[in-house]
Amino acid sequence: MTDFSDFSWTAENAAEAQRLIGLYPPGRQASAIMPLLWLAQYQMRDETGVAWLPVPVIEFVAAQIGMPYIRAYEVASFYTMYNLKPIGRFHVQVCGTTPCMLRGSDDVMKACKDKGLKKYGTTDDGLFTLTEVECLGACANAPMVQINDENYEDLTYDSMTAILDMLARGEMPKVGSQIGRTASCPDGGPTTLTDMV
Amino acid sequence: MLADKDRIFTNLYGFQPWNLDAAKKRGDWADTKDLMSVGPDALIDAVKASGLRGRGGAGFPTGMKWSFMPKTPNPDRPSYLVVNADESEPGSCKDREIIRHDPHKLIEGALIAGFAMRARAAFIYIRGEYIAEAKVLMAAVQEAYAAGLIGRNACGTGYDFDVVVHRGGGAYICGEETAMIESLEGKKGQPRLKPPFPAGAGLYGNPTTVNNVESIAVVPTILRRSPEWFAAIGRPKNEGTKLFQISGHVNRPCVVEEAMSIPFRQLIDEHCGGIRGGWDNLLAVIPGGSSVPLVPAHQIMDCPMDFDALRDLKSGLGTAAIIVMDKSTDIVRAIARLSYFYKHESCGQCTPCREGTGWMWRVMERLVTGDAEPHEIDMLLEVTTQVEGHTICALGDAAAWPIQGLIRHFRPEVEARIARRKGFVQVPGLAVAAE
Repeated sequence: MTDFSDFSWTAENAAEAQRLIGLYPPGRQASAIMPLLWLAQYQMRDETGVAWLPVPVIEFVAAQIGMPYIRAYEVASFYTMYNLKPIGRFHVQVCGTTPCMLRGSDDVMKACKDKGLKKYGTTDDGLFTLTEVECLGACANAPMVQINDENYEDLTYDSMTAILDMLARGEMPKVGSQIGRTASCPDGGPTTLTDMV
Repeated sequence: MLADKDRIFTNLYGFQPWNLDAAKKRGDWADTKDLMSVGPDALIDAVKASGLRGRGGAGFPTGMKWSFMPKTPNPDRPSYLVVNADESEPGSCKDREIIRHDPHKLIEGALIAGFAMRARAAFIYIRGEYIAEAKVLMAAVQEAYAAGLIGRNACGTGYDFDVVVHRGGGAYICGEETAMIESLEGKKGQPRLKPPFPAGAGLYGNPTTVNNVESIAVVPTILRRSPEWFAAIGRPKNEGTKLFQISGHVNRPCVVEEAMSIPFRQLIDEHCGGIRGGWDNLLAVIPGGSSVPLVPAHQIMDCPMDFDALRDLKSGLGTAAIIVMDKSTDIVRAIARLSYFYKHESCGQCTPCREGTGWMWRVMERLVTGDAEPHEIDMLLEVTTQVEGHTICALGDAAAWPIQGLIRHFRPEVEARIARRKGFVQVPGLAVAAE
């Protein structure tokens, strides 16, 4: 598969695509464009190691629900999480919006740059793409990054560096809070509902 | 402090499993059929009596919103409930906790709300970045289908009700209700002109109500505990419990459920271990997510945290996403970063917003360094009023308000930076509130 023009669903995803289309009322299959693009992007990741949507893949998805290519492309290009260009193996998305900024996202960004990551670029080994993203909705655990499908929260310069080192070595860092908090519970233990712990 | 027995979200931090068995032990799905047996109109009346105001930011009474839906739906135009889980407002992180730790409260609430407004199905639109959360929610929906709680003859009531989880793709604007509907229809998420309002013509042109996750998830507990119980918490017209999300310069940031109208100082001291560096070190607070104007320290310290008290301070409760800033904060940069956010998230449909957000951000960036002329402050303020109210949706307003709040309260700081840059006078570097 070089130009992806022979893209088609795996057997499993073909069934999943039919299920997704069936979630919406008859005649409203256009609603399935977003879930189908997600499915295609995940299949690309699994097959090529890179989660993105080349033009032939978008064409394939659009054809399945009888949508003109340009309408599908409009959707794919409007939503930032569909990657229209190849990205690295790990998509390091540093939240830089004010709540994270106040808690030290500058340090997190610096840790990435000191490891050789380039903002809006991919490292030469194809491992890391660095993006500054807008609020990812984990503000009580700021600062945070999302790398592929996982969140890493309550970061510092050092813990961010350690995460990048582990990923580069092929290890899986601990997901979630890096200082041992349980979700968005106050550090040190809950102030409410202590008998539910 | 709100008593533990009055808390709705008893698994807020996920100390217990989210699944159906655990949720049932926490009381979810206990007597859903009985709750629904009073019929749609009585359910709407109960929600009205509870005083519940929408938890998504605007604070519109939830029961009244439901009452706008048709009482006798046309079978060719089935009604829909859309649950807004596109939580993207900087500072907001409450719906995430509900979805990943208490998803059954949301699904049960969707069934009851959907029944009350005579809807055929609920679409839960969850933001694309909530990947692990979406997996939990989808799994919980599957559990509920398998147990016969939703789907055909939901909970044995004879009512058919589907729940569909729809993932977004990383667009803040899809949190606006008509943009969300466009997105659900498989288009770019660009807001529609209103009227027609969604209750008349929404998803697929059919009657639709869009409600926030928290608004829906609290409904089953309100019905179980009684509307009077809910209405007894908080000040009049600001009733109930609320998930507060405290981020920024407090000692222990967290999400916590508290009574509405809790004083700011009490909230921070009891749950967040106080302000970093003590109360004297507090500079300003954004009390309701990035869209509401900041409030300087002395005004917020003893303010009740509710819709009306914060409106009186020319700010708002919004989603109760409280961003705390101490005196180490570069307040101009903090607001400039929000301006960048709105520039990034403008959908590009209306010219004042598309052009204005970028323009305002560029001026804000120059104000951060002081590389501006003093008259540009007034020019910026003027432009914010030209964007505000001149766009289809409220994103233009949301981009304008933080800047207006900054200039209202911190104008001397902004002016001092310009003067310092020009070398006119030496001014100490600390930010000081205007009053």
